[in-house]
Amino acid sequence: MTGFPDTRVLGRDVPRKEDPALIRGRGRFVDDIHLPGMLHAAFVRSPHAHAAITAIDTAAARAMPGVRAVFTLKDLAPHLTDTRLVVAMPSPAYRLELHRPVLAHSEVVHVGEAVAMVVADDPYRAEDAAAAVDVQYDPLPAIADCVAALRPGAPTAHAGAASNLVAEMVVEYGAVEAAFAGAALRIQKRLLVHRGGSHSMECRGLVAVPDPIEDRLTVWNSTQMPHACKRMLCDLLDLRETQVRVVTPDVGGGFGPKLVIYPEEVAVPLAARLCNRPVKWIEDRREHFVSTTQERDQAWDVELATDADGRILGVRGVLVHDHGAWTARGLNVPQGAVAAMPLAYLVPAFRMTIKVAATNKVPVTPIRGAGQPQGVFAMERLLDEAAAALGLTRDEIRRRNLVPAERMPYATPMRTRGGIAVTLDSGDYPLCQRMALDAADWTGFPARRGGGGAVRRGIGLSNYVECTGRGPFEHVSVRVEPSGRIVVATGAAAMGQSTATMLAQVVAEQLGADLGRVDVVTGDTAAAPIGLGGSNSRQAVLAGSSAHAAAVRVKAKVLEVAGELLEVSAQDLEIVDGMVRVLGVPGGGVSLGEVARAAAGQAGFVLPGTSGPALAASEEVVIDAMTYANGSCVAEVEVDTGTGAVRVVHLVFAHDCGRALHPRIVEGQLMGGIAHGIGNALYEFMAFDENAQPLTTTLAEYLLVTATEMPKVTILHHESPTPLNPLGIKGVGEAGVIPIGAAIASAVEDALRDYGVRIDRLPLSPVDVLALLDQSTVLPST
Amino acid sequence: MHDVTLCLNGDVHRIRVEARRTLLDAIREDCGATGTHAGCEHGVCGACTVLLDGEPVRSCLMFAVQADGRELRTVEGLAKDGVLHKLQQSFIDHHALQCGYCTPGFLMLAAGLIEADPDLSDAALIDGLSANLCRCTGYANIVAAVRAVLGRAPS
Repeated sequence: MTGFPDTRVLGRDVPRKEDPALIRGRGRFVDDIHLPGMLHAAFVRSPHAHAAITAIDTAAARAMPGVRAVFTLKDLAPHLTDTRLVVAMPSPAYRLELHRPVLAHSEVVHVGEAVAMVVADDPYRAEDAAAAVDVQYDPLPAIADCVAALRPGAPTAHAGAASNLVAEMVVEYGAVEAAFAGAALRIQKRLLVHRGGSHSMECRGLVAVPDPIEDRLTVWNSTQMPHACKRMLCDLLDLRETQVRVVTPDVGGGFGPKLVIYPEEVAVPLAARLCNRPVKWIEDRREHFVSTTQERDQAWDVELATDADGRILGVRGVLVHDHGAWTARGLNVPQGAVAAMPLAYLVPAFRMTIKVAATNKVPVTPIRGAGQPQGVFAMERLLDEAAAALGLTRDEIRRRNLVPAERMPYATPMRTRGGIAVTLDSGDYPLCQRMALDAADWTGFPARRGGGGAVRRGIGLSNYVECTGRGPFEHVSVRVEPSGRIVVATGAAAMGQSTATMLAQVVAEQLGADLGRVDVVTGDTAAAPIGLGGSNSRQAVLAGSSAHAAAVRVKAKVLEVAGELLEVSAQDLEIVDGMVRVLGVPGGGVSLGEVARAAAGQAGFVLPGTSGPALAASEEVVIDAMTYANGSCVAEVEVDTGTGAVRVVHLVFAHDCGRALHPRIVEGQLMGGIAHGIGNALYEFMAFDENAQPLTTTLAEYLLVTATEMPKVTILHHESPTPLNPLGIKGVGEAGVIPIGAAIASAVEDALRDYGVRIDRLPLSPVDVLALLDQSTVLPST
Repeated sequence: MHDVTLCLNGDVHRIRVEARRTLLDAIREDCGATGTHAGCEHGVCGACTVLLDGEPVRSCLMFAVQADGRELRTVEGLAKDGVLHKLQQSFIDHHALQCGYCTPGFLMLAAGLIEADPDLSDAALIDGLSANLCRCTGYANIVAAVRAVLGRAPS
């Protein structure tokens, strides 16, 4: 890594600010909040994937000991301006409006949908009473599969809907028909990627605290989007902005689904107001499996056209995307999937039709990667097939098509969902591929492949380009207090990605390099007037840029005021730890606190300096264009043809996220994503039967990767600082997951090449591998 | 209701609980030690791991009444006189935690493993650590942190 030139804390592995509390068990997660008089909510959830609700009888539940209230939508509706959560991001492509209700009242459309809410003295009694709420259902035909959902005559996920087509879009540029008509090679594939969950170790949850004295509401919420939650509460509960505060305590992982606003996040605060008591709701893991959003069910029918040398002429096809039962966020997942597909390569003509299908399953919204793993899987599977057809190696066909470094910045013909031009801002994609191949000893692999036998070894390769740092801004304020402490407040929301450390580094770099002096407030609507929160690998890019700009302004002010106090020119001063002193002269000077006191002013006296009172600045640096990170992954695997088990032997991940603010944190983010990617490739399978009943609702049935499944991982860094922000950084929180499935699929296919097996789906369980071997008509050499 | 005595990190807690109250809830709610976390409440993720008479157990799978009179250790009991336990320091040094939610469970699991066998092989260590789930770190740094405490050189 080249890192940051001439910095004191940026680019260095400083101790994390988060660790001292967390390591002692003194974190403050939402379930750790306990308030006097607090009540507990439990939800009655649908056992049916699709049914009409004919009656809800809450009398027995209300009569149970410790029960304070039972609410159905009928009870809540008089207190709501709208009984629906209207959260869909704008798009002209919608054919169905699927705004979910705060509680289901006439129809349930997935197992786990909340129908009623019980509030009781403790969670045990709340759950007892929830079981006693008698909901009468009239089951309706359910649709589980997104491809089947779009066939004529399919049951509709919603009883009143004309069809299951939620939206249809075409992403298109170039002369697609001509490209295919003149192609030397056309490869066609049908690819399937299955859904999984995010499974942050902390489930969702919130504590809503009414303040009857000032008629206010404080909500402690394990969310990635505190400001959006506040907006929704103000809108739906008809409260003024001054009446609502949403705070994220420590958040035990997000990975996407906590950016969604859920029914519980409206129902529980309203219950707190109606009961005039604090109310806590903590999701349990089984609820997480049936009510927290999921992702990745997609069916791709795709075609690739190349010339005789393997140069891409065009890509076209149809993507059918499983939307789940409601629009809980928008169309961004299939849009992201299709956008990611061609990005690493020169693709002169492209047309993908996106069909978004409603099903009777948990709604789909972004999970780490947000469609991009599927798009990369589709592209990389096509390239492997094309390489085989042309007699090229898999690395060579990619080398011929990767966007070359000398084309940067490379303006693609594509636009983001917000209409912003997609321009690959920086990077050396062929170099990253070469780094990965070299570290994996790609050329030496034939010697490791070995002969026949039951265990076959294979190697695979994939490339990705990831859109990161989605704008337009994040709010950050920086203030030096008279105590000498530096307070940083932001709309960014921490969920485990070291956001406080990152912002402290950026600010401390300007203001004395002492991280211990910096207090960071994340995810609190009372501390930051606006904010977009955590999603899309954006917070280091957007909040980091705002923090940098604000800290630079505060630094100028500190030096100006200190200069006046010390009767020295501001240019001759520097800030070291908590002191402002003459450059290179240890000892003496004036403390940051003294400067802050002077700048705070005294009634009737003239302020020091010329730039007004207080050592403070707030910034919302606007960056519309996204910055594109990239990388290459090589996976080496062993496949046991007797058991179907796939073991990843070595993963090499060569990537470029611009400058790394904290290399160790960057690697940590990547490793987490890589583990998630291995899970998506081999283990994680959220199963539903044909009636859309979930079959995997415990962590014993839905398998997350554990320590024993983790292979040796080699991470390599290349740094191409982006010109789009002052720090030259790109997002990295999701990168790890994106190419893993594609690389492992390529490696498994290579391992089983003697059998002529094609890997067209993920995940690959041992049963899937054995089925592929059973279907193989090729007799392997032994 | 049942009277139960829990000896938690050396402190005696006399509590009165329903028979169905989990040990996890008793530790968190009745003893106020919220460092131990609920991750799945069905005994798979290990976020709730505590040491019961020195053995790592899932506190979500036990009832408080089953722990009556027994010695419990949780993350709050690791540091002594303000000095971090060597596992805690090693987790920080190796960036073995991100969101920190699974961390107390991993610390207690690791403490139980290395106290039971200070010469634990690498294979046995990884096998032991596979009892718990983490979604942030990809495990490598957790394994490295515990190996360092066992005095092993980085792999």
